[in-house]
Amino acid sequence: MRADTVHLADTVRPADTVHPAALIEARNLSRSFGSRRRRIWAVDEVSFQVPEGDILCLVGESGCGKTTTGKVVAGLLKPSEGEVLFEGQNIWEMDRKAFKRYRTAVQLIHQDPYASLNPMQRVYDIITAPLFRHSLVSGRAHAWQRCIELFHIVGLTPPEDLLRKHPHELSGGQRQRVSVARALTVNPSFIVADEAVSMVDVSIRVSLLRMLGRLREAFGLTFLFITHDLALAKYFAWEGRIVVMYVGSLVEVADTPRLVSDPLHPYTQALLSAVPEADPELTRNKERIPLRSQDIPSLLNLPTGCRFHPRCPRFVEGLCDVERPELLPTGDGRQVACHVVARERGMA
Amino acid sequence: MDNLVVEKLPWSKGNAEDALLSVRDMYIEYQAERGQVKAVRGVSFDIFPGENLSLIGESGCGKTTLGLGLIRLLVKTATIKQGKIIYRRDGMAQDVLAMEQDELRHFRWQDCAMVFQSALSAFNPVLRIREQMYETVKAHRPTPRSEVYDISRQLLARVQLEPDRVLRSYPHELSGGMRQRVLIAMSLLLNPPIIILDEPTTALDILTQRTIIDLLRALQNELGFAMMFISHDLSLAAELADHVATMYAGRIVECGTVNQTFYEPRHPYTLGLIKAVPTVTGGFEDLTSIAGTPPDLIDLPTGCKFHVRCPFATDRCERQEPDLVHIGPEHAAACFYWSEVERQADVAWDQIKAARGESV
Repeated sequence: MRADTVHLADTVRPADTVHPAALIEARNLSRSFGSRRRRIWAVDEVSFQVPEGDILCLVGESGCGKTTTGKVVAGLLKPSEGEVLFEGQNIWEMDRKAFKRYRTAVQLIHQDPYASLNPMQRVYDIITAPLFRHSLVSGRAHAWQRCIELFHIVGLTPPEDLLRKHPHELSGGQRQRVSVARALTVNPSFIVADEAVSMVDVSIRVSLLRMLGRLREAFGLTFLFITHDLALAKYFAWEGRIVVMYVGSLVEVADTPRLVSDPLHPYTQALLSAVPEADPELTRNKERIPLRSQDIPSLLNLPTGCRFHPRCPRFVEGLCDVERPELLPTGDGRQVACHVVARERGMA
Repeated sequence: MDNLVVEKLPWSKGNAEDALLSVRDMYIEYQAERGQVKAVRGVSFDIFPGENLSLIGESGCGKTTLGLGLIRLLVKTATIKQGKIIYRRDGMAQDVLAMEQDELRHFRWQDCAMVFQSALSAFNPVLRIREQMYETVKAHRPTPRSEVYDISRQLLARVQLEPDRVLRSYPHELSGGMRQRVLIAMSLLLNPPIIILDEPTTALDILTQRTIIDLLRALQNELGFAMMFISHDLSLAAELADHVATMYAGRIVECGTVNQTFYEPRHPYTLGLIKAVPTVTGGFEDLTSIAGTPPDLIDLPTGCKFHVRCPFATDRCERQEPDLVHIGPEHAAACFYWSEVERQADVAWDQIKAARGESV
């Protein structure tokens, strides 16, 4: 098994060994919503680590809990169970000072640049509010200068003109750059980008992603990149890892090159085979993995055992519908939660 | 009668008389506070029986307006300034723009159905699906309820739904993918020769999207209707299209077979899109985005509308807007420098193939 992955050795990370340098760690995170009578678990026992300077990409379909996970990791939602560790410290047990430091170190970039910028404020006010709030500048002249710096970093030119505008005067791509500039005001070390380029036109998506990539290199930023788009995940997180989420839990974790070329979990395999590609011959000749059912399970009425079993082409009766598979190390640096794969690969 | 005759498009795959729908020189504008929005500017194309024509372009390029314009469903602030839409069925040609309300009602759905992006808003929220299906048929031809339900059941089963359960349901009781499938079934109720689909899978998950794509292809093979598929997503066009028309700033800037569009693009915008879209299969591909931002349809650039973003642009492009010209069998492009694009396209594909090869 190891032999065929040798050529990827330089990108393989031992995901199943504990990373001492994990900047952010989610440990058995769960988050529920609703009343006592009708309660759903949007995120159910999710664990992962993001080492400093790394990219972790969280991929899943709508309603799988990826946004909730992002919010919990960013400290915007309190987990119902489990812990979020920042530099090894549980963020909900931090003292005020440490918590404040964490809150500025972690910044969220939202999906919708039309909703996340206050339409009543000028761009200048949007950018400078956090600068003044956290006393990061010493007066107006300094604030202006910092804005111009930030705008150069995120590729917004000419900054002088754009700073005087209101969000509605900007294009979608420009707005998203403003969101990024705002996130950078407080010198964060960790960025949670939730579908950050999904609402931007195809032709300018790539330049946004590149800008984010450059930030990572220039400032050593760590990324949690949340998306439903596997092709985007592959492009952005090529040097990082992808985590695949299905109905609240993680099903597979692997370095990006192996996740897209050699997926282990039947759900990941189904997703990859279902993605249409912008190449007629490639997309029409792709091998299809037929599912047993088209229905996405309701969080109010979850299947027993493995949550994917009613749809899974590799379903084994008496096993998959009985016991919920754990996310286990595969022995070659990946993790997968599947009874069938575990059996095949002799995973403990 | 002369009104019903249209000129042949040199790049069209057949004679206009054999096309189901011929559109010539369409101009659609919206009246906005800031001025006239020139959403569609001089668009011409043919749709032939059983064919899939995909219209691709970014948001605000006029593709949805064009789709709505074809069945005259535009909002009040929009006007069709100019153009011709000729629809032909059983050897009879009709001028869609000259139709009276009554004729138009028959034309819509019976001759040309439309599936919208947002399936929820396409339904009446307080009526059960069976009621909506019945009303749809009733509006066109008086049919007994039981017969409508029978047809509906067959169609719902064809789109892989449980007919009885769905017929009883209200729209909100169905998931997004189910609603989209019901809408497709509804569009087939009157067996129309053309269906216009506007981003039918955009709001759906990957696995659901796959089901719908496969379903559309199977239904089209079986029933032989023609599709006009409107999408911003190149990969869906690659998947479904026979012919692709690329739209930019209200115009078709390139038109060709699906293989020509993807493997031999001749307009810098089409090439730019191809180079900007990542694939899942294969190794790491370096992508390039198109410089600048999509144009403001109220305040369009002079000359070629793409020149401000175009790596091939010269002074000429700034002054003069190129026409869509015939450059090869079934292939047309609106660019003065299409032969230079040809060279670049070959280089781009060599790079893409090399990148994919690495991981094999």
